Amino acid sequence: MSISVRIRHDFGGFQLAANFAVEQSGITALFGPSGSGKTSIVNAIAGLLRPQQGNIVIGGETVLDTQSRICVPPQLRRVGYVFQDARLFPHMSVEGNLRFGWRRAPIQAEEAEFARIVSLLGLESLLARRPAKLSGGEKSRVALGRALLSSPRILLLDEPLAALDAARKAEIFPYLERLRDEAKLPMLYVSHSLDEVARLADSVIVIKGGAVAAQGPVFDILADLDISALTGAPSFGAVIDTRVSAHRQSAGLSVLAFDGGQLIVPLLRHPTGQRLRVRIRAEDVMLATEEPRTISANNVLLCSVTAVRETDASHADVQLLCGRARFVARITRASSQRLGLKPGMPVFAIAKSVIVDPHAAQVAD
Amino acid sequence: MLSPAEVEALLLSLRISAVAVACALPIALALAALLAHRRFPGKSIIDGALHLPMVLPPVVVGYLLLVVLGTRAPVGAWLLEHFGIRFAFSWTGAALASGIITFPFQFRAIRLSIEAIDSGIGDAAKTLGAGALDRFINLTLPLALPGIIAGAITAFAACLGEFGAIITFVSNIPGETRTLPLAIYSALQSPGGEAEAARLSLLAIILALIGVTLAEFADRRIRVFAGR
Repeated sequence: MSISVRIRHDFGGFQLAANFAVEQSGITALFGPSGSGKTSIVNAIAGLLRPQQGNIVIGGETVLDTQSRICVPPQLRRVGYVFQDARLFPHMSVEGNLRFGWRRAPIQAEEAEFARIVSLLGLESLLARRPAKLSGGEKSRVALGRALLSSPRILLLDEPLAALDAARKAEIFPYLERLRDEAKLPMLYVSHSLDEVARLADSVIVIKGGAVAAQGPVFDILADLDISALTGAPSFGAVIDTRVSAHRQSAGLSVLAFDGGQLIVPLLRHPTGQRLRVRIRAEDVMLATEEPRTISANNVLLCSVTAVRETDASHADVQLLCGRARFVARITRASSQRLGLKPGMPVFAIAKSVIVDPHAAQVAD
Repeated sequence: MLSPAEVEALLLSLRISAVAVACALPIALALAALLAHRRFPGKSIIDGALHLPMVLPPVVVGYLLLVVLGTRAPVGAWLLEHFGIRFAFSWTGAALASGIITFPFQFRAIRLSIEAIDSGIGDAAKTLGAGALDRFINLTLPLALPGIIAGAITAFAACLGEFGAIITFVSNIPGETRTLPLAIYSALQSPGGEAEAARLSLLAIILALIGVTLAEFADRRIRVFAGR
């Protein structure tokens, strides 16, 4: 299932002009600061906003084409939408809400599918309750289930975690990760949080000022220095796709292999062979021009410098390539000058810490 | 306790009010649904016209009805000739007059409750495959129910008290158009009728209290149902 979007809309002072296509299933993040037009884009895909110009094709069906005056109404688009504020129907039970879209789907899913989604989202004990009696996290899960059960061709998630506190977010993350890995449909995930994007997204579309500023795999986009300058957000560092290759029980360590070398982390319970997404923050990476021999850090990787950007009066971000994995190191401007860092130069990157998400699920193949 | 004539006036009042409210409700609902959440030129004029019966003197409404629907007036004569429908000097005319006078109570209550529904919920229903009629039946109606019931009960209570439009349009005919207020008026006009007027007035007060209590009770029960 693919989707392509080419739209223009003048909001009177704010111009939306977005062109992009998403080919694969999995989570594509629409990432950008507040007010950059992300929600307008998903509203146009759902049919809740009618752009002045453009066309939108979902799975081969043209749902919008302003030139030939095609505009399929939202109820016929088969686009699932999870709103930031859940928007559950207050006069229906949780089950009534879940079955609302399920009953109206052109191809109604089987009862077994209903049970599967209910258990995937852990909603069994909530079915008889009214939305007013649910917590914020429970509401989000019901909204997610309701959208999934309407048999959508694509799922739009508009900052589904933004209204939740950190504890509730942590509660929803594992469900979203399971969904990403089990559901075979493309998901557009609107977010202004790098943390969510790094954890969930397979690919990223960066939106700025109503237009697409960049698009690519999450591993490349988050390590791209131009993009961190573009979004104004501090460069996040690296997201690396690894595989658990060995456990050294006696040393209390696990070895993660990636395209470019290996990372050593405190002992994990994940089975060997499992894919695991880890993150290395730019602040946690030191650089050395000679191989440090006596050092406490376990992870010393030979990389080559691909770009250097001075971010402010004191700091510089250095982008590194190790095999096919990208890293970012944040060092001081003075250090960068002292080491004479230039693109193409080999350096040793010392990662002080590798972040493994506690509930991290498999990365979709 | 009550004389047969008084019981007759009471039952007539209840019947006229019930018919008036029942007939005006679907129209009020349809117009409220059409006008809520919609903007178009001339909306405020239509809105004003629909509220007019509330602010016009009831005698004027009765007079206008007489001019249009009287047995010798054009529309009234035509209805009588072709359909055998007669409003003038009939209890149906009293119901029509009360229905028009109390229409704004229903229209207003329903429109406000429809406008109070979060429009985001309607958008969510659209993305789940619900068309306009589907959304009206399964979302708008149940969520606006408190307003619909409250409007109907208020209108019913106001119908019970209607006097000016009824006496102007359909006169004061015992057993046909003599409702409670008209019976009280007639009792006061006849010598020695003070006791009857007092009994009927007490009856009217009791009916009004029941109406208000019912409206409050219904509102609370339905808000629980609607999850508000």
